[in-house]
Amino acid sequence: MIKANSLPRLMHRASGRPLSLEEHDQEFGLVDAQTDFLGELRNSGLTGRGGAGFPTYKKVELLSQQRGHGKFVVVNAMEGEPASHKDLALLNANPHLVIDGAEMLAHMIGAKRIAICVSRDNPIVINNVKRALHERTRRSLRGPEIELHTPPWRYVAGEESALVHWLDDNESLPQYRPQRPTILRIGRNAVLVDNAETCANVGLIGRFGASWYRQLGTESSPGSTLVSVTGAVDRAHVIEVALGTPVKAILEVAGADTDPSAILLGGYGGTWLSGDNIRLPFATEYLKEVGASVGAGIIMVLPKRACGIMETYRITKWMANESARQCGPCAFGLPALAEDLQQLVAGGKDRKQSLDRLIHRAAEIDGRGACKHPDGVVRMIRTALQVFDKDLQNHINGAPCVGSRDTKFYATVPRHEREEDLVWE
Amino acid sequence: MGVIRRTGSFVLKVNPILCDGFGHCHELAPELVDIDEWGYPIIKKDPTPFGNVRALQSARYAVRGCPRQALSIERVGDQP
Repeated sequence: MIKANSLPRLMHRASGRPLSLEEHDQEFGLVDAQTDFLGELRNSGLTGRGGAGFPTYKKVELLSQQRGHGKFVVVNAMEGEPASHKDLALLNANPHLVIDGAEMLAHMIGAKRIAICVSRDNPIVINNVKRALHERTRRSLRGPEIELHTPPWRYVAGEESALVHWLDDNESLPQYRPQRPTILRIGRNAVLVDNAETCANVGLIGRFGASWYRQLGTESSPGSTLVSVTGAVDRAHVIEVALGTPVKAILEVAGADTDPSAILLGGYGGTWLSGDNIRLPFATEYLKEVGASVGAGIIMVLPKRACGIMETYRITKWMANESARQCGPCAFGLPALAEDLQQLVAGGKDRKQSLDRLIHRAAEIDGRGACKHPDGVVRMIRTALQVFDKDLQNHINGAPCVGSRDTKFYATVPRHEREEDLVWE
Repeated sequence: MGVIRRTGSFVLKVNPILCDGFGHCHELAPELVDIDEWGYPIIKKDPTPFGNVRALQSARYAVRGCPRQALSIERVGDQP
């Protein structure tokens, strides 16, 4: 049994290759099927690790109240964020823990099938999951059936309704869901979508219990989380930390720049925080005060010499290209925002007006898409305008900051694909 | 059926995926729907009372006049 107050939990015994089923059983022990999984999950206070931070217990309870015998559990390891590596790192380290968690969730809601979704651009991870599935035969006839699915990789394809829409033999496009909370369905069967890291945490809670789980982390956000640190680092890192660890400590462990000008929390639809805030503990209740959240556990570090407006422009441009082009405000608005930002970066003739236009357009677009993709971009731009106020003034005064003339960029932005080359199914 | 409610309030809701920006809703219900630079509707967020019969009537026109049937009237609050 793993010690409760020691890390790593999720990445226990992580090495170059994934743990085999034998090693996994040895390290973690077998699951006691008589455990009151739902009660333990409620007491543990686990929140979803996919970005929204919704309490997992509530979701599971809602799904367990649904009728039907063909329910699904979907493990979301799509990793839409280019700055995030945690789901794939987790599946590379310990796929069986994720699968155990998914089986427990299936047990709780009475699901017959589990779908693990890994985007098809990650052949190594797909192989690891395939091997893990091959190692474990179905434990009993009543146990759920596990299948591996490989949707195309798109930023919005990891969004839960897009993922479920894809599993339902359609394109991986986000759907309009006016009622909240919504129950997503494949055919007529209710679906529980959970992030891979959430499933792994459920796997731990089901084994060792809620009180064991609560020994790390803070009162309102217990447990540990995986953090992907990118940007001004030697090498992109995935670290497991207890929630409530100061951000600065995380940066130190990752070997990142500990005196950054800003950090981007929560991914490309997240919030910029100025460098003075890195003393804050990495837990939602503390980050909420500065308008940020833990999100999917992404920290992008921007050093002092880089230009924040430039990075924001690059991210926005890519995000605009990754829009599903279903809703007008997103399809037309995001490229327009990128254009305004480009005017600011390049110091075009009407840079003053482009700033006003940018703020006006951002306010207009906010909250008008079917999914949260445009809202995320708007939030990122808004916080960037606050945090990089000094850079911004320089750009407007016609003296672009030094960073924008640099050729080194810090935000990882994948290749821009042409619109006709975007694969959705 | 056909009864105009006098209590409670409503908001117009648009399905942004269906909406293609024809702009008919802005023509038919200018007091409820504004339009952005690309022709897509910006709908008033705060609820309008059902007692405001003119607004309700134009909202109904907008719902019926939408070429993509993307609009709907949604009741806010739980007053019967």
